[in-house]
Amino acid sequence: MTDWKFTARQLVRNPLSLLGIIIIVIFVFIAIFAPLIAPTPESHQQRPYMIPRDGYRAQPEPPSEDHIFGTTQGQYDIFYGVIWGTRSAFRVGLVVIGIVVVIGILLGSLAGYFGGIVDEIIMRITDVFLAFPALILAMAIVAALGPSLNTVIIALTVVSWPSYARLIRGDILQVREEDYIEASRGLGASSARVILRHALPNAIYPTLIMASLDIGAVVLSAAALSFLGLGAPEGYADWGQLTSFARNWIVGPPGDPLKYWYAVTIPGLFILFFVLGWNLLGDAFRDIFDPRLARR
Amino acid sequence: MELRSYIIRRLLLLIPVLLGVTLFIFGITMMFSPTQRAMLYVRDAKQLADLPAVIERYGLDQPFVVQYGTWLGQVFTGNLGYSKVVSQPVSDAIIQFLPATLELAIFATPLIILLGILLGTTAAAHKDRPLDHGTRVAAILGWSLPTFWLGLMLLMIFYGFLRGFLPPGRLSVQIDLLVNAAPFIRYTHINTIDAILNLDGPVFLDALRHLVLPVVTLSVVNVAFIMRLMRSSMLESLGKGYILTARAKGLAERVVVNKHARRNALIPVITVSGYVFAALANGVVITETIFNFKGIGWWAWQSAINLDISSVLGFALFNAVLFVLVNLVVDVLYTRVDPRVRLGQGVQ
Repeated sequence: MTDWKFTARQLVRNPLSLLGIIIIVIFVFIAIFAPLIAPTPESHQQRPYMIPRDGYRAQPEPPSEDHIFGTTQGQYDIFYGVIWGTRSAFRVGLVVIGIVVVIGILLGSLAGYFGGIVDEIIMRITDVFLAFPALILAMAIVAALGPSLNTVIIALTVVSWPSYARLIRGDILQVREEDYIEASRGLGASSARVILRHALPNAIYPTLIMASLDIGAVVLSAAALSFLGLGAPEGYADWGQLTSFARNWIVGPPGDPLKYWYAVTIPGLFILFFVLGWNLLGDAFRDIFDPRLARR
Repeated sequence: MELRSYIIRRLLLLIPVLLGVTLFIFGITMMFSPTQRAMLYVRDAKQLADLPAVIERYGLDQPFVVQYGTWLGQVFTGNLGYSKVVSQPVSDAIIQFLPATLELAIFATPLIILLGILLGTTAAAHKDRPLDHGTRVAAILGWSLPTFWLGLMLLMIFYGFLRGFLPPGRLSVQIDLLVNAAPFIRYTHINTIDAILNLDGPVFLDALRHLVLPVVTLSVVNVAFIMRLMRSSMLESLGKGYILTARAKGLAERVVVNKHARRNALIPVITVSGYVFAALANGVVITETIFNFKGIGWWAWQSAINLDISSVLGFALFNAVLFVLVNLVVDVLYTRVDPRVRLGQGVQ
């Protein structure tokens, strides 16, 4: 366990990863306390994830006392949207990474441990999925299943599992021939036991940690799909959609070209910082885990 | 193994992958009922009134394998279905919209590679000094940027704030009329190239003006990626014995870095060209959508939001085939560049 303490100390010492940790903690805080930070209006209690509207005019309204970040197209409150959007982001990120890691461990360890025909079949299936540029495949799946937040989750799961299955397969391959695996097999342990008790714990922690840091990338893809109009239903608290609302208001009237700056800038900054937090942490972990890339 | 037999073996290995890809694409269409799929063939009201006839005619109620066979046969002859958003066959739509996308790629790819390699080399040569830390932060920031947001922010500044300096679209209205009129010959439908071939300065400048923002938007993430890769590859290369030898010979540091270290460090960068292709393919959908730059990405987006399934799946299939071929070329190139790579082994 001193290993972990060492890792933790390295992370806190590095100013970039420390910044990453702080950013993530702030977002966790926002997600947990969303109902206190941006209380849902009385009339709206049944559907807290739908952004309250203040009228139906198209034109965004600048920040004011009632709407501290202003309102975007259709008078959706930007502040409410970005705060509750944090919860949507975590949900998509955590669910997708959770499912993908489970599938990855399952298929990756089967392929790596048994090798031969099992490995061949599983790897050829991953080949098929990896043959598509990811976002394009995700877009096709969402369009086919009908746009919604759940189909975005399904699509991102479908496009991401193969790389994790491959990574975990590689990890298992590395430890498969180790003496302790041989010994365990010699003692008559079942394949399942060898995989679960010996191969996995020694092989996959780095991969698992890197996977969990991919939450940022997953959220970024989900936001892109939502931005393209292939995600959450209209009015749902979602950063990508809030950004797309601003598309028609990039340029203000003559004489005041930056009039609607808040409509596009604020939701985008939330996405940027969220992804940045995970990437800062990921970058530090990459240095720790990959001695080849380590700063010598 | 000889190069030719290696290529043949790799081409044979493509068959199961491409079969899997087509099976997957076809599987998605088969999630729809025969009636829904019949709708994809409908082009006028008369056909709409007689859907059972359409189902009958195209065999949409046949067993899966039979339909897959029929469909695969059509795909092989270039028939990918009908694109409703642009009212023409999917294959025609791809041909029509491809030049615009190629134009973006022609400008973005060299920019990504050159800038990535240059910045990566610089960062490695200044390891652990301010320049290295600076580029590191810039890279992390670069690949955390939501592309779609970056594009909108650039438009807000360079189109809105700077009063139409760098506009969206492919050409200004007057120039577009000019390009489609008599003396101007559209050889390639790639505006900048056509302008050069027609020796038309104004058209060239106008096309270029419209290209700046989409190309920048498309490149940022990839520059960051190549740069980091180049940096670590350079660091590895700089630690090698031949670098020590070169320095011991008294060569200038610039020569050591640029000639000895960089040339060897480029090899791993070649292997990620496939990744860059995928990133560009993903990127053009978003970039062309934001900038209203009517290439295949824009068309794919239009198709997707209009739930035009044939087009979206045709587009996905087209990209998958291209991507697989690009990866093949990259692997072959890799064996040429690095003689240490043994054919059929080191390349997976």
